[in-house]
Amino acid sequence: MVTQEQHIDENLIPILEQVSDPEIPVLSIMDMGVVRSAVIENNLVKIEITPTYSGCPAMDVIGDDIKKALKDAGYESEIDLILHPAWTTDWITPKGREALEKYGIAAPLEAEADKDVLLHGKKLVKCPQCGSKNTKMVSQFGSTACKAQFQCEDCQEPFDYFKCLK
Amino acid sequence: MKNENLYNYILGIADNNLILGQRLGELCGHGPTLETDIACTNISLDLLGQVRSFYQYAAKIAGDGRKEDDIAMLRKERDYLNVLLVEQPNTDFGYTIARQFLFDVYHFLMLTELEKSQDLTLSAIATKSLKEVSYHKRFSSDWIKRLGDGTSESHDRIQMAINDLWTYTDELFHQTEADKVMVAEGIGVDVTKLKDDYYNQVGNILEEATLEIPERKYFQKGGKQGIHTEHLGYLLAELQYMQRAYPNMEW
Repeated sequence: MVTQEQHIDENLIPILEQVSDPEIPVLSIMDMGVVRSAVIENNLVKIEITPTYSGCPAMDVIGDDIKKALKDAGYESEIDLILHPAWTTDWITPKGREALEKYGIAAPLEAEADKDVLLHGKKLVKCPQCGSKNTKMVSQFGSTACKAQFQCEDCQEPFDYFKCLK
Repeated sequence: MKNENLYNYILGIADNNLILGQRLGELCGHGPTLETDIACTNISLDLLGQVRSFYQYAAKIAGDGRKEDDIAMLRKERDYLNVLLVEQPNTDFGYTIARQFLFDVYHFLMLTELEKSQDLTLSAIATKSLKEVSYHKRFSSDWIKRLGDGTSESHDRIQMAINDLWTYTDELFHQTEADKVMVAEGIGVDVTKLKDDYYNQVGNILEEATLEIPERKYFQKGGKQGIHTEHLGYLLAELQYMQRAYPNMEW
């Protein structure tokens, strides 16, 4: 779909990759897929970002951080928050998923598997600490709006699971 | 105001989010368990995030310099258009879950229709919100079943909460004047058409939870016209305290 495409000026990518989600510092906003467009007009950068969850308090901070990063690189910027098309966990890049796992957050499963996990307690989520799939959901809601709480039955470590959002 | 009907229509949707979000926020640090505490406040956060999008749009429609915060914080009780259901107090966990469940099923159905709105902003907010509300509905439906099919104590208490709150469900399907105009323009949702689906879905889950479907014939109404139960004033007093004490304050 055309509307799902990102339009990001190549010169801006290295700058935007420096900005991360304040709640998940290992994940850059580029890997999260929240930047939908970024174009340079004269010396002004126009950026559109989309929230992961409507109430995500990180969005305000992300907006400020983008402005600062661009200013350091010599650009003025304007940031727009757009809602359409709505963000989905599909937009997290493979690199981003890897970063999540390394950080101790299980990456989102596909929609159907996610439903099985959250509703029927199927053991599909892999513990990011020990790799075991012998894990259980503790709560559908976790430390931030985008996560659920899990626990590994083998190594006993609690961990976050990034919920699938489509 | 150029488009007062659209403005009132947006508030009719959004005020439900604000008031229910505030109610759930009261549980922050007071939930029965850590997990449910976090769940209720997560749901509150979603609802408040959604309401910001709605109020920003309403402020644009109003076009008189008011901002989203003014709309949220500086109206009087009679100006809030939320349904009576969402302003009911938390009472105990049974009431909190029953209120959530009775609203979530409606919320999901309404947003599914609003997604088809000719108004692109409303449609985009609906699409975004639906993803979140499907989690809310899942959470509250699960708890209805756990409490209903749990111990005799939990069964009786959730049944009592459902019985008490049932009287506020019919109002969800009342059309306001703004509704009628917006439906005619292809912008609004015809809530009267959601009623059968709603009571079917609610009934199925109550049955699964071994609960009885109340047979009440008498229903309360008035919220959509700004005539509220005695609970809303106290809620607003708390919600608006900072803005009233320190006018124009910002975070």
